[in-house]
Amino acid sequence: MRKMIEGSRAVAEAVALCRPDVISAYPITPQTHIVEELSQIVADGELDAEYVRVESEHSAASVCLGAVVAGSRAYSATTSQGMLLMVEVLYNIAGMRLPLVITGVNRAVSAPLSIWNDQQDTMAIRDTGWLQLYAENSQECLDMHLQAYKISEDDRVLLPVMVCMDGFILTHTYESVDMPTQEQVDAFLPRYNPLYKLDPADPYTLGGYIGPEKYQEVRYVLQQDCLAAKEVVKEVARDFQKAFGRWAGDVIEPYQCDDAEVILIGMGSVVGTLKDWADRRRAGGEKVGVLKLRCYRPFPADELVAAVSGAKQVIVLEKAVSVGGYGIVAAELRAALHGRVAVPVACAVAGLGGRDITMGTVDEMYDRARAGESDFFAGLRAEVLEEG
Amino acid sequence: MATQPFTYEISRGFLPGHRACAGCGQAAAVRLVMEVAGTNCIVVNATGCLEVFSTPHPESAWGVPWVHSLFENQAAVASGIEAALRKQGKLDQIRVLAFGGDGATIDIGFGALSGMFERGHDVLYICWDNEAYMNTGVQRSGSTPYAASTTTSPAGRASFGEDRPKKDLPAIAAAHGIPYVAVASMSYFADLKRKVKKALDIRGPKYMQVHVPCPPGWGYDEANTVEIGKLAVECGLYPLVEWENGEVTRVRKIKQVPVEDYLKVQRRFRHLMRGEAGKAKIAEVQALADENIRKYSLVD
Repeated sequence: MRKMIEGSRAVAEAVALCRPDVISAYPITPQTHIVEELSQIVADGELDAEYVRVESEHSAASVCLGAVVAGSRAYSATTSQGMLLMVEVLYNIAGMRLPLVITGVNRAVSAPLSIWNDQQDTMAIRDTGWLQLYAENSQECLDMHLQAYKISEDDRVLLPVMVCMDGFILTHTYESVDMPTQEQVDAFLPRYNPLYKLDPADPYTLGGYIGPEKYQEVRYVLQQDCLAAKEVVKEVARDFQKAFGRWAGDVIEPYQCDDAEVILIGMGSVVGTLKDWADRRRAGGEKVGVLKLRCYRPFPADELVAAVSGAKQVIVLEKAVSVGGYGIVAAELRAALHGRVAVPVACAVAGLGGRDITMGTVDEMYDRARAGESDFFAGLRAEVLEEG
Repeated sequence: MATQPFTYEISRGFLPGHRACAGCGQAAAVRLVMEVAGTNCIVVNATGCLEVFSTPHPESAWGVPWVHSLFENQAAVASGIEAALRKQGKLDQIRVLAFGGDGATIDIGFGALSGMFERGHDVLYICWDNEAYMNTGVQRSGSTPYAASTTTSPAGRASFGEDRPKKDLPAIAAAHGIPYVAVASMSYFADLKRKVKKALDIRGPKYMQVHVPCPPGWGYDEANTVEIGKLAVECGLYPLVEWENGEVTRVRKIKQVPVEDYLKVQRRFRHLMRGEAGKAKIAEVQALADENIRKYSLVD
């Protein structure tokens, strides 16, 4: 059924359709609408779930950890400072191989304090062992949550998944979405049936201490399984298409890339802007394309290399910066290309702390990259810098 | 009157063969608690000595489902397990226990513990209080007693060790209005087991704090753990008090031995046994015990 609803509402309804047993969250802007909507859905008796209202994000993630290890499906959502407060638990959840879905609403990280969008927060947790999917629009947010549980709970994966959606740009805007029925979702996503759980009838010791003789192997298996999860992401996308009749998947999504000489890469809502920009340039005869990086963890190195191998230049738009390094996706892409394809990769950091990325911003990054700059900030305001 | 001999049972929940130090008060207390708790329970364990000595992979001393996550989130993990069991309709059959040392409970995990109390989760939380960060090498915690020397509050030419009294977490827990709070000592086996049984018969959040002497951390011969624990109680420094719904309901009366009898047998207080300044410090510690004796009417 098509509905005109806020992005946060779309996520809340999608999560409710996944029938989580335990929900735990702590309010933080701009994640709030999601957890408010879910609270109401539970309060109205439309979802039979335990909603645990905790005193911090650290505890929200810990409550979810406890619920999953006891054999239940769980959910949380957070952003920015809250996500950073969760980091220790996020590592732990992945290391314990617990399936869980958290919505990572993208917001800038303090200082200076900002509630507005960029992707510094989710990029900061890229090494935790969580899978990360980035949504372009409300429909994709909705679809990704349904897929995320199926990916996470797959016996070949057993890793948590974060669905990343741009704060305000996606959480607070209204779009038309196709909302599936409960019957459709139930058929697509069976009840969670864990391999291991805390059960007095079959007691396991979980999360114990491990010495140098085995720790490295455990982390190696985590790495191998996370990399291999890429195939499950693709497989679940195919299952999703069968169940819901629409394609909403894969790890990357090329747009006008077949004959493109210059390919722009982005993640999240900015991809819509990039596609629009590419259409305009194409109308002027320029061979440009856009590559949406939909699954950032695991990093789809082979797919990216293949997708850009015919281009003369790649420009990565990054809404985060590894301070003291530079663009994070660009660095990983350059490493993937090294020794395989000699295509130059430029990196433009833009859209930090809610700075709008306009057609003019994309023009600037394109022009500067074409002129040979490799790492730079686009959309800087000279008058602010001059204030000193 | 003939005294009843203490009968030793092997707990099926917490098995022998773990790697605790000789004379470990915590290991003995855990065994006593698990004798009462049985096997129809789930244990959540904070990082600390207990976690490390009972679960070095691939060994485990646990005969019940047991999980360790982190140092400060055991109350929140237990909350999540309780919520899941409630949703699964199993909360009537399975008890949830959360364990942490004094550092995990009184310092770093305090916010999560308060949240667990306030939300009313049906969990028995037990703090094993050995009064410092023993697992990392006897550093000072919020539960370290006044004038104790630790590796981060050492006695020295310009210091008598820890300069603040213990944080009174039992009273703070009771102030949450939770149904049951009890202070116990591993040296009083029957008293400890009675309190665990009482706690497990009550639904809702329960807090127990169990004094567990630590031979290497406190500096005494490992044969003397029970005796040292008794002296702590009998001098008034570790009052065994119970609260129900925020009100004190029961206290264990004491013999009132001088605090010096307790202090002088431990290396962590050895610096108090010298000179007039040491005597003055002992008098200050005695005043803390006297205040407990007055507040809880520990002496008839």
